[in-house]
Amino acid sequence: MAQQDISFSDTAVRGLPSVEQNSWALWGTVLFLAVAIALPFFLRSFVVFQLTLAMIYAIAIIGLVLLTGINGQFSLGHSAFFGIGAYTAAVLMDQFGVSFYWTLPVAGVVCFVFGFLFGLPALRLEGIYLALATFALAIAMPQILKSSLFEHWTGGVQGIVLIKPDAPFGLPISSDQWLYFLTLAIGLMLAVCAMNIVNSRTGRALIAIRDNPIAARAMGIDISLYKTLAFGVSALFTGIAGALSGVAIQFVAPDSFTFNLAIGLFVGLVVGGVQSIPAALFGGLFVLFVPNIAESVSKGLAGAVYGVILILVIYMMPSGAAGLARLVADKVLMKAHRKGPR
Amino acid sequence: MDLFLHQVLAGLATGGIYACMALAIVMIYQAIDHLNFAQGEMAMFSTFIAWQLMQWGLPYWVAFVATIVISFAAGVLLEQTVLRPLHGAPVLSHIVVFIALFAILNSAAGFIWDYTVKPFPTPFGTQPLFGQGLMSAHDGGMIAVTLIILVLLYLFFRHTRIGLAMRAAAANPASARLVGIRVGWMVALGWGMAAAIGAVAGMLIAPVVFLEPNMMISILLYGFAGAVVGGLTSPLGAVIGGFSVGVIENLAGTFIPYVGREMKLTIALALIVAVLTVKPSGLLGRRVMTRV
Amino acid sequence: MSRRKWLWTTLTLGAALTVTPALAQKKYDPGASDTEIKIGNTNPYSGPASAYGLIGKTIGAYFNKVNAEGGINGRKVNYISYDDAYSPPKAVEQARKLVESDEVLLIFQPLGTPSNTAIQKYMNAKKVPQLFVATGATKWGDYKHFPWTMGWQPTYQSEGRIYAQFLLKSHPNSKVAILYQNDDYGKDYVKGLKDGLGDKAKSMIVAEAPYETSDPTVDSQIINLKASGADVFFNVTTPKFASQAIKKAAEIGWKPLHLLNNVSQSVGSVLKPAGLENAKGIYSSYYLKDATDPQWKNDPGQKEWTAFMDKYFPDGDKTSSFTVYGYTVAQTLAQVLKQCGDNLTRENVMKQAASLDLDLGMLLPGIKIKTSATDFYPIEQMKMQQFDGERWVPVGDVMSGAVGG
Repeated sequence: MAQQDISFSDTAVRGLPSVEQNSWALWGTVLFLAVAIALPFFLRSFVVFQLTLAMIYAIAIIGLVLLTGINGQFSLGHSAFFGIGAYTAAVLMDQFGVSFYWTLPVAGVVCFVFGFLFGLPALRLEGIYLALATFALAIAMPQILKSSLFEHWTGGVQGIVLIKPDAPFGLPISSDQWLYFLTLAIGLMLAVCAMNIVNSRTGRALIAIRDNPIAARAMGIDISLYKTLAFGVSALFTGIAGALSGVAIQFVAPDSFTFNLAIGLFVGLVVGGVQSIPAALFGGLFVLFVPNIAESVSKGLAGAVYGVILILVIYMMPSGAAGLARLVADKVLMKAHRKGPR
Repeated sequence: MDLFLHQVLAGLATGGIYACMALAIVMIYQAIDHLNFAQGEMAMFSTFIAWQLMQWGLPYWVAFVATIVISFAAGVLLEQTVLRPLHGAPVLSHIVVFIALFAILNSAAGFIWDYTVKPFPTPFGTQPLFGQGLMSAHDGGMIAVTLIILVLLYLFFRHTRIGLAMRAAAANPASARLVGIRVGWMVALGWGMAAAIGAVAGMLIAPVVFLEPNMMISILLYGFAGAVVGGLTSPLGAVIGGFSVGVIENLAGTFIPYVGREMKLTIALALIVAVLTVKPSGLLGRRVMTRV
Repeated sequence: MSRRKWLWTTLTLGAALTVTPALAQKKYDPGASDTEIKIGNTNPYSGPASAYGLIGKTIGAYFNKVNAEGGINGRKVNYISYDDAYSPPKAVEQARKLVESDEVLLIFQPLGTPSNTAIQKYMNAKKVPQLFVATGATKWGDYKHFPWTMGWQPTYQSEGRIYAQFLLKSHPNSKVAILYQNDDYGKDYVKGLKDGLGDKAKSMIVAEAPYETSDPTVDSQIINLKASGADVFFNVTTPKFASQAIKKAAEIGWKPLHLLNNVSQSVGSVLKPAGLENAKGIYSSYYLKDATDPQWKNDPGQKEWTAFMDKYFPDGDKTSSFTVYGYTVAQTLAQVLKQCGDNLTRENVMKQAASLDLDLGMLLPGIKIKTSATDFYPIEQMKMQQFDGERWVPVGDVMSGAVGG
């Protein structure tokens, strides 16, 4: 049921973009890149750190976009994959002395496997049941990380303290700036990958499964395979984000990966726009900064202020920031059209 | 063997808490066809209202009834003001609004009544019901009330016009509208009833776990688990599910060596997921047929 | 504390130190000036641990009092407290904001072991004091590796050892059952008890049951502990679960020798909800006065605290031990800043924090705050007490668990 409920008012396949739209997108990307690269040189290093965290959340949210927006499966449990990614990186660095850079792909692969395996039983579940199963995973994860079974690796309740890498090749930038650029590069790479997936054969299969599973099956799409794959790939993105966060925070502990994080990522997904990969960045910024804004309004009622902001955002942007942006862009383009020489 | 029996009895007592909450969850599911993540916080807030009324000197049962009435009205009002504008919005937006409501109610309760635990009175007394006090009179009373609500709900949904109309409105809004059911009103009524049942659950749970703003967070989770195991569409299933979660969790924590006591919640959750993979709509839930 | 004592402390400690700085010029690090001292703090004001936020609010109220009374050496205290939601990533973000954007002189009383572990390395690399952290883990007194970090309260492990000493002395052949929270706090207590019991730990401890903060009740654990046949119950729980455990144990007719950790020994917010009758006979150890205990009604320290609460924090919960805790720890910082005189550098703050010898109003009589350059554990003594159904009655002398320091 709920699967069809995610009403995708305008479908992802919006026809090929016009030349005009393409050039707009191009200029937008160039502008974004220029600003993103220049920012760390103008901001205080703790703001650079905050932006790094926001980008990390955005990467995790891209994973959710692929799963929910493109394939129509729910997850309230991505904090678990985020945590597994962070712990994979931390244990490798701490116990086996592996360089941080190598832990990133490993974290991705480990999370892919976990996600794929979790996707198998999840296959039988739909909508609300799947949401709850993933929610259960999020709840259980801190308990598993704490367990004395794995304590000699994970450090149990004490967690693992990590060291932030310095900029390599003697680059004259701080470790905060270096991590920012690294995250930016990885984020862009993963975003491009995600867009390619969406526009590929696989992506069309995923969308077909979301929109009409029965028709998709009739067309010969292996639904089980694609659904579990979607779970795996989604976990991979989130796991890499987790590994980056472990290093950015320089500490992993079970308390960092509670279901509050899962809910935060989910909120980021929806306020950004479930189907838009670039909008994940907006989601990441929202996750990081809105609680701070709420707190500055009222300390005692910070939670309430956050809730009110959330409701207002949903009222004003029912299809997320991406929907709003599209609306504005369409209006602008329309005007340009009317004034244009043609 | 003795220990086994004790744990089962204690599990039934705690299971009563979950069953109570699971009923409220099923109620809202019947009315709106999805889950309300703010339900636990609504129940918590209702319980604080009851506590406040008693602090102002009202006797228990007056406060009890007044709280149910207030909660019902608040539930209807909430639907009419906050959720009405979202009519037709995707389910994801609804979930985010529930999360927002959760944050608002939790934070407001902490702001008004602070976070110190408060004892909440029980109308049934705390004397032991069975030998050695494994189940207190309150536990027994709570289970009894849960069963009474269950029967009332069954009668309501099966044998009253309005109950039938409500089910129709949730299952198929478009067709329901065509046969003259005021779907919007049915949804609001469902919210009111769910809030009222939640209030009863909160007032019965508070004497056991103590009243404080975070008291319902984990209970809601167990309530979800119970409701899902039993089948979200069946009140009876929800109650059975709630009891089984309580018992399974206790037994897992006691008898599974080494990992059991540390990960009893994890084990209970894994079992639930296992049940779901075998019976995707719960033990007693109805299968949803998809038509092409 | 009485006025005379206050004066005395100020004179003895202040005099020796203010003579020299009086000649030197004023020295400031970021966060300090002629008119203001900026201090930072992180506390959980939202999320599941928000009950602790009361400590942060009490500290704020205390500095309002300090400022209303003229500040410290003529400087107003600007107390900036942020919400970390008990989440390590948020704590790191907020600590960096305090240090790099608000430019505070020091961070005071950040709460929670995970959050403090997360920021410890950063604070020490930046050489910003992480002063009097609000956790009882043992690692906060490691002055050799982390000279910018200092604890405050007695460590959980020392308290565990105190109970072990008590048991070995008066109940050497007992069988112990432990209920503990499954995190660093709970495990530290268990370790302290085991270390203290030494060789006898294996034979004496017959059952251990962990619980998660997400457990709705601890009923199942209590039944198992009772079934173990233990005659001593070591109860390592936070207030809500302590109330539940006391009540449940009474309900199922389990009457062991009950040792309750001091985190949860408030009469008003733990024992009363659990039923005072059920709590009769419980032992605990303590270093602060319990404001709800009638025996302190006419105590000057308690009166001063009550006056402070009435005037500066009227909404604050007087039954909670957190308000007493926040008040006393804030007094400690005020003393450190006073001792700093006009030399408000981060280095001097740590130096003064490491040369305290204080007697404060809400500390139990006989217990002192003492530090030195090689002792970063301000409070190391506790007293055993037993609850008589109405109030805590001291049992025996001041004890020390002496872990680390």
